[in-house]
Amino acid sequence: MRLLACLLALWFAAPAAAQDSMPPAPWAYRQLDDPAQEARAQALMETLRCLKCQSQSIADSDAPMAGDMRSQVRQRIAAGEDPEAIRSWLIERYGDYVSYTPRLTSLTWPLFAMPLVLLALVMLLLRRRLRKGDSA
Amino acid sequence: MSVPPPLEPRRASPWALWLPLILFAGFLALVIHGLTRPGSTEVESAMVGKPLPAFALEPAVFDRPGLATADFKVGKPRLLNIFASWCVPCAIEAPQLESLRREGVAIDGIAIRDRREDVAAFLARNGNPFARIGKDDVSAVQLALGSSGVPESFVIDGKGVIRYQHIGVIRAEDLPLIREKLEEAQ
Repeated sequence: MRLLACLLALWFAAPAAAQDSMPPAPWAYRQLDDPAQEARAQALMETLRCLKCQSQSIADSDAPMAGDMRSQVRQRIAAGEDPEAIRSWLIERYGDYVSYTPRLTSLTWPLFAMPLVLLALVMLLLRRRLRKGDSA
Repeated sequence: MSVPPPLEPRRASPWALWLPLILFAGFLALVIHGLTRPGSTEVESAMVGKPLPAFALEPAVFDRPGLATADFKVGKPRLLNIFASWCVPCAIEAPQLESLRREGVAIDGIAIRDRREDVAAFLARNGNPFARIGKDDVSAVQLALGSSGVPESFVIDGKGVIRYQHIGVIRAEDLPLIREKLEEAQ
């Protein structure tokens, strides 16, 4: 009877967890030995989006897939790959969505242009006001 | 912005008075729009239309071979199903995969972060529609494909080019679309 209850509990527990039982990828929770490389990997991981838990970076997430992404990032950095090349590789696969650092594209240029436009506007208004002040 | 008529120094132009309110109303409209119609949370692969990335995976079960890029360059379209034994929805799409297999569709699988005995048990329970099953222990091929979850399915044409991505369970009502995409990939 107890065995049956245990089996039943297991049966219900497995789908609720819906997580794999594999150990994390080799570099998911292990820092690189070279602190400079680890710093570069960390900086990149903080600006890559976890695809399972979309408001977190892969550095912040415990999702297995985020662990796999961290492991891959660290391995590639250890192999001497440039962080921005890894970012581009991921953007090629998941689109700009995967990166928290917006690039300058035909879609995103207003993001970069708006502050300049606003600044120019402020200068213009200030100049007019200051000139008016002079004449008064 | 129209230049207002010459002003006395102290009086604000009507623009200066109303512009902030107009901007605020616009912002409010944007927020309400975003709240009432939240965007999709699916992440589409940007690899559709591109050749499959190079990979070679070990077999995930003993009675099926592993899976490599070369297995897709055979002149006929194939369905690539990304699944896992621990993925509950994957069991739901098993009957649909089985009916595609019976229609003569060649289906290959990639098991994500899975153990051989678990995959075998999953297939024993839900049927095995796969010709080949690769074992992807660290989601490496999944990442290379631009896939972000299980289950996902890709239609691969006979030259090994990704032609279509289906995110989530293939339900019975999705079958006509899958057949159409396989037909297009001929």
